[in-house]
Parts: sequence; C-alpha cells; structure tokens
Amino acid sequence: MKILSKYLTTVGVASILGLSTAATAATDLTMYYPVAVGGSLTKIVDGMVDQFEAQNPDINVNAIYAGNYNDARVKALAALQSGSPAQLSVMFSIDIHELRNLEAIVAFDDVVSTNEEREWLNSFYPALMENGNADGKTWGVPFQRSTIVMYYNKDMFRAAGLDPEMPPTTWEEFISMGQKLTQKDGSGTVQQWGAMIPSTGYPYWMFGALTKQNSEVLMNQAGTETYFDKPGVVEALEYWQDLGNKHAMMPKGMIEWGTLRQNFLDEKTAIMWHSTGNLTTVKNKASFDFGVAKLPGNKELGSPTGGGNFYIFKDSTDEEKKAALKFVKFMTSAEQAAHWSKSTGYMGVGPSAYETETLKTYLKAFPPAAVARDQLTHATAELSTHEAGRVRKFLDDAIQAALTGQSSAEDALTDAQKQAERILRRYK
Amino acid sequence: MKPQIIKLTSKNMLNRFNLKAWLLLLPALSFLIAFTHWPTLKSIWRSFTWARSDVAPSQFVGLENYQLLLEDPVFLKVIENNFWYAIGTVPTSIALAIIMALWVNSKISGTSLLRLAFFTPTILPMITVANIWLFFYSPQIGLFNQLLALVGIEGPNWLGDPDTALSSLMVMTIWKEAGFFMIFYLAALQTLSPELYAAAKLEGASAWRIFRKITFPLLMPTTLFVLINAILNAFKLVDHLFILTKGGPNNESNLLLYYIYETAFSFLDSYYAATLTVVMLATLAVIALAQMLLLDRKIHYR
Repeated sequence: MKILSKYLTTVGVASILGLSTAATAATDLTMYYPVAVGGSLTKIVDGMVDQFEAQNPDINVNAIYAGNYNDARVKALAALQSGSPAQLSVMFSIDIHELRNLEAIVAFDDVVSTNEEREWLNSFYPALMENGNADGKTWGVPFQRSTIVMYYNKDMFRAAGLDPEMPPTTWEEFISMGQKLTQKDGSGTVQQWGAMIPSTGYPYWMFGALTKQNSEVLMNQAGTETYFDKPGVVEALEYWQDLGNKHAMMPKGMIEWGTLRQNFLDEKTAIMWHSTGNLTTVKNKASFDFGVAKLPGNKELGSPTGGGNFYIFKDSTDEEKKAALKFVKFMTSAEQAAHWSKSTGYMGVGPSAYETETLKTYLKAFPPAAVARDQLTHATAELSTHEAGRVRKFLDDAIQAALTGQSSAEDALTDAQKQAERILRRYK
Repeated sequence: MKPQIIKLTSKNMLNRFNLKAWLLLLPALSFLIAFTHWPTLKSIWRSFTWARSDVAPSQFVGLENYQLLLEDPVFLKVIENNFWYAIGTVPTSIALAIIMALWVNSKISGTSLLRLAFFTPTILPMITVANIWLFFYSPQIGLFNQLLALVGIEGPNWLGDPDTALSSLMVMTIWKEAGFFMIFYLAALQTLSPELYAAAKLEGASAWRIFRKITFPLLMPTTLFVLINAILNAFKLVDHLFILTKGGPNNESNLLLYYIYETAFSFLDSYYAATLTVVMLATLAVIALAQMLLLDRKIHYR
C-alpha cells in the first residue's frame, strides 16, 4: 500500500504541476533485493540507501526486501509483467541467462557513458564477473557476493590433538582430521561430528566446490552445455558420499542448510562448509574459538562464487537507467563495499574495498574476513545455464539421490546429464 | 389513497426478481469471475499452448503438454506422494479432532484452557510453525532426537531420510489441522439434544454404545464437511514444504502444488505449470463431486 500511495502521489503531483516539473522532478527507483542467510541484513541495506538519498536528493530509492533469491526474481518479474516494474534489482548472479532470454535486462556496457564509468565497470575481481558476463558484455554487477569457506572450531581441534592453526588443506587431510574430530559416547552414538557439508537448499553449489577441487567445471560459459557425467565429476560426488558412508566423519544422508549454522554454534560439528555471508553472525554468536579457512583441495583448491548481482531493467527511461547506474556505483564503491563486507561477511567486490581504512582495520583485528577474497584466485563460476532452475534441480536431485543411497553417484549424474541435455538442446 | 395495481404476469415477476437478485449477486460474482473463473479458463487454454519463453508468442500444441506429464517421473512421484499424504493425514486428523472435541465438551474443570491449547496450532501461521518444526526435526540439535537420546535411542535424520521425510511432514500437518477440525465438531456437539443422552442413560447404554449409536451418526454432516476440507487441504496446503524440505530429498516429499510452484516460478515454465494446475483442479473437482453425491445420501440420521 505504501508503495502504491507513494506512486500515486508522485503521479498526481506530476500531473498537477504539468510539464514544467519534468526537469526538476525526483527520479523514483524501485529495487528488489534478496537475503539468503538471515541476520539483520535488511537494516544494513536500508542504512546504505538512506545515505545515498542524502547525497542525491534528486533520486528516491525504494528498496524492497523480497525474500530469498527465488522470491526476489519472482517478485521483480511479476512487477515487470504488471506494468509497474522495478528499474533495478539485486538478483541471483546465475539468473543472467534467463533474464536475458526474457529480454528483461540491459547490459551495463550500454548504460555507461563516461570513461570514469567504464573504468568502474572494470574495477571488480574478475572471478566475480564470470557469472555476470555473456556475449562479451556485462549484465550483472557484483554486490552481495560470496564463496564457500570452511568454518572450524579451534577448541575442538585442540581437544583432538590437532594444530588449530593447521586446518585440512587436502581431501585426505579432511578425512583424517574429520575422523579424529568425530567423538562418540559410550553407546557408540556420535556426540560430535568431524564435518558437515549442507546438502539441502543449494546442494549444486557445494558440489561446485568439490568438482572444482577435482579440476572439473559443471558447465560452459554460454550456459548451453553441462558436464555432470564426466568421470572427475562422478568422482567428486563419490568422495562426498564416502565422507558419511565410508569414513563416518559426517552424518549420512541429508544435512540441512537452514539449521547447519546452529549445529556449528551448538558444537555438534567441528567443521562446516558454508557461505561467507554467515561470517559476521558466526563471529557474534560463537561461544568458542573458531577459525575460517579456504576449502581443502584435491587436484587444486576451489570454490564457486555465489550470491547476488545488480541488474538494470530494460523497461525504464534513460533518466531512470542513469539514476540506477548512479545508485549501483554508490553501492559498489570502495567505502560502501567495505562497510557492507564488514557488516555481513560478504566480500568486498573489488580490490579498492580492501584498501579502505574500514576494511584494513577490520582485517587486522579479524583475519578470517579475508579468506573469501583470498580464495577468489581459486574460484569458478556458479552453475548457471539456460533454464537454470530446471537444470539446477536435475543436479540437486541427483546429488540427493546419491547421498541418501537411492542410486549410485554415476547413475544419478548420468541421468541428470541426459535430462539437462534434453532441455539445453534448444539453446545451442 | 388508491392502491396501485400491478399486473402480476409471471413474466413481469420473473424480471423484477431476477434483476434484484443479479444486482445483489454482482459484487461477489465479479470477484469470483475475476479471480477464480477467468484464471481457471485461462489456465485450461494455456495448458494447450507452448512458447519458448514468456516474451515469445505462444502456439497451440494440442495435448503435447499432457503427453509430457506421463513421461515426467517427478509428476508421477508427486501424484503418488500426494495420495499417501492425503491417506496419512486426513483420517488421523479427523479422528483426533473428534476425540479432542469430546474431551473438551465434557464437564470437567479446565476445559477452556484445553480448548485453547488444542486450538493454538491453528492460529499460528504455517510458515512460523514450519520454522519451529525445522529445528524440532533437526538430527543433532532437534527436540525429538534429544528426547530420544535420553532413553538411549539414536533418532533418525527425520527430514533428510527418504524413508521418513514425507511422514515427518504428515505428523506436523496432523498437529496443525486437528485443532481446526475440532472446532467444527465442538460446535456440532453442543447442538445435540441432551434428551437423547438422558434416554440412553435410562436404558443403561455404555459410553461406547452411546458414541457409536448416537453421537457419531449425528455428527455425520459435520464429518462430511470436515472430510471435504481435509482432503482439499491435503492438496492445497504446501507452505511448510518451502521451509522444511523443499520437496527433497530427491522429490521424496514433493507434493503436486509445490511442484506447480517450482515449475511456474523456478523453472519459469508457465505452460507446463498450467497443465499441472488443470490436473490438480480436475482431481479436486472429482473428489468433491464424489463425496457430495455418494456420501450425502447416507449421512442423515433417520
């Protein structure tokens, strides 16, 4: 209602004052954004928006929290079809191909005009641009971006006789340390698990890390091919299966994404793999000494990037596009990116953020906050294809079928690959 | 004053009454048409068409979408799941509702407190309930497994195990629904004539006999109403899936309406989603009709 009345007031006022206002009228921007990890992220976004409006009195930004990534896309697209669209939104970085197929977004290359703006477009970490580029243009600008990192309980490392400053760096170490960290009570019931990798919510994302560590990728840059059934990919899934089934250092079956952080905070697991977006919450709530490290590797280190990008919608006036660009530039500027990174745990999107006093001081006091950035050199794109939702589900289902023992890793992935090929054939 | 004479031809009467009736119906009817009938017709039409994306023009493809249904293993799985889900939740929640209603209808002290307790799950939003139960079901930190651990049992991974995921959803649904149905039974129980019970007592009938021969038959109209609602809810209520399992693991707890949501909003395939919707509408219509026609004749106590 509030949005509607605001809109009606704007329209009403504009029509009363007539054409003469056009030059001085404020530009209204509507933006949807998602939050995937909980915590008080909405307040942080609101604070940044207020600051932008104070600096730019001629632009009003109406930032609407829209649930998780899926909800945010649904709401932005619904607004688009209803004729009162948003001008920009933060959405899943991997929605790029579908948003382009729907002809919903414009390339940033077509909105920037000055040299300074072009430079800005090139100022981000290249690994974060992989999910934002297609056909030689940039469609998504990184904002709330993450990698998967390994959180570990240093107290438990000490109790198990392990060096708390030497977390596992290879797949073998991950198993051997995980087994040492697994504690059973007298009756054989596990009281403390060695590690947990979540397999609900975003299983394909965790799997992207394991495949990259095995020197494989899940798809091509154009999003028209998937490689789910390659031997190296199958091997990665078998490794994941074995952690629970063979090495008994992780619970068998599914591990819930939504409750995993609580499991870690309640000291039910010594290690968890999770988004860096959880870092600040873990820091505030952990009652024990914890560390953050890069994920262990096999043939190489690796993690997919993740998270949300800014998109500018096609269905907007040139004036609105310019204002939207101004807003995106503000939100990704060094100072704001540093503030955002410090408040949430998401990474600073460009090197300049890490040269600010804010982050320099913060990193000195709290070195784990740099892990996500340091891992970027080993990062790969997150699974993103045409008809991404459907293709992602094929892989999610295959992973869950393998982890719950309903089928072998090879059968499940071969099946997922076949189904993905059937869908993607049309886009080649 | 001379009374005005109106010629009471049958045609005249009909028009006058009709116009008034239609005017009175208009507000409700326009909403019903705009938000129920028109979208239904559009969905049916859409289920016979297809386009590459929402911006491309759609074309008529006949029954192709329906053929795809039969080749879609997930569709067959959600139908099977929904069948078991209805079987698992409906009779149990109705039985529980009757027991609870009888209990809180008796003249013991503290019944209003009991009524409140039974009704509380109904007041809470499904999403809230699901968020609480997500932690109840959590294998390591959850309430259920901690209770089981007290007696030395290692509890299962309720939502993560293909064998228990759907049943876990059912248990939560029963807990949520039974209190709601209890209210209808409680209302019905309070309308029953006390003379019947006095007469039964005089005859020395046992409590079970009274229930079987008097209470239960007299409650039949309520049972039909509750039964229809419970079955419809088994298809309509999927809010908890968003929080608890997202249909996983590997679709073991996926239900038809959630699959429709996924198809429409995650896969962005409104044509296939429309096809699934038509299947759901047809199923619900058949169930409701069957209940009305078959059961309605047998429920009234004579």
